[in-house]
Amino acid sequence: MSKAVIDALVARFPDAVHDPYVGVGGDDCAFVRKERIADVCRFLKEDPALDFNQAPYVTAVDYLGVEPRFEVVYNLTSTSKNHRIRLRVKVPEDDCQIPSVWGVWRGVDWFERYCWDMYGIRFPGHPDHRRLFMYDEFQGHPLRKDYPLRGRQPLVPERPVEEIYRGPGPGGRD
Amino acid sequence: MSADLDVVPGITTRREEAMSTLQKLVSAPLGWARKYSLYQYPFVTACCGIEYMSLACARYDVARFGAEIPRFSPRQADLLLVVGTVNCKQAPVLKRVFEQMAEPKWVIAFGVCASSGGFYDNYATVQGIDRVIPVDVYIPGCPPRPEQVLDGLMLLQKKIQGQKHTLIDRQALPAGTGRGP
Repeated sequence: MSKAVIDALVARFPDAVHDPYVGVGGDDCAFVRKERIADVCRFLKEDPALDFNQAPYVTAVDYLGVEPRFEVVYNLTSTSKNHRIRLRVKVPEDDCQIPSVWGVWRGVDWFERYCWDMYGIRFPGHPDHRRLFMYDEFQGHPLRKDYPLRGRQPLVPERPVEEIYRGPGPGGRD
Repeated sequence: MSADLDVVPGITTRREEAMSTLQKLVSAPLGWARKYSLYQYPFVTACCGIEYMSLACARYDVARFGAEIPRFSPRQADLLLVVGTVNCKQAPVLKRVFEQMAEPKWVIAFGVCASSGGFYDNYATVQGIDRVIPVDVYIPGCPPRPEQVLDGLMLLQKKIQGQKHTLIDRQALPAGTGRGP
């Protein structure tokens, strides 16, 4: 069913979309070039046969050690045509930005803020480009693979707790 | 039931809390009054709040322990119930709420996230609120059964009874607190 979607997409953007495949669970996926993502998304939303009016999840992946390092994944659904598609956009670390698709779907607002907060990927064109989960004094982007798992940055100085026995286990390491 | 509580370690008498007979005569009824009328401040952040709600409702009635009334202002509360996970972002808020409470005050860490960070040993979670404020009773559980919480509450009541209570508390203010407007 969504094969028609992928075919229409590849036919419309032969240079920007490459490597379509069928992913886990039968989802149709394709890779998109970073510079053309806004055009591709606008086409997917406004074409009456495709009508992807929802972007329920936009996230990022960190492939540390692979160049380009990051990948932004757009999951799109159509509530009228009942089909889904996944777009994967590779983002290199030295040019860590991708045009925002906020103009196409308002719903990606907080997802793009989440990608900035957790991975450090910029979205020029986003109206409110600030952190979502972490506080403003937080340094770094915690879901990157080179950020330490237990890298806490406390806002208030921690009390010394000598008289409380912590016991063995992972908690004692910090 | 109280025989079980009698063998719990950790509730000992500190030197500064040792009392003469006359002081005990005053402290015992005051302790009785304070332990059976705890005004709780439910600092609820996460899933343990559901168990707190079921605790406050009819079946596991916390009203029969006198701790019924939640006061959502720290100025009016004496028991700070920290229920749920506390983040590094939330820790200054918790500290401020605790500092706004008037003496005598007690803190219960409800659930493993408040006691030790729970299973969130990561970049965002404070590993136990005792890193931020002093805690009197820790109630483990994810979430703890309401009976477990009531057991912890009874433990706190036993602790309160054993503490030194006076009619007039003359304590020097901590250094640095001015008498500003």
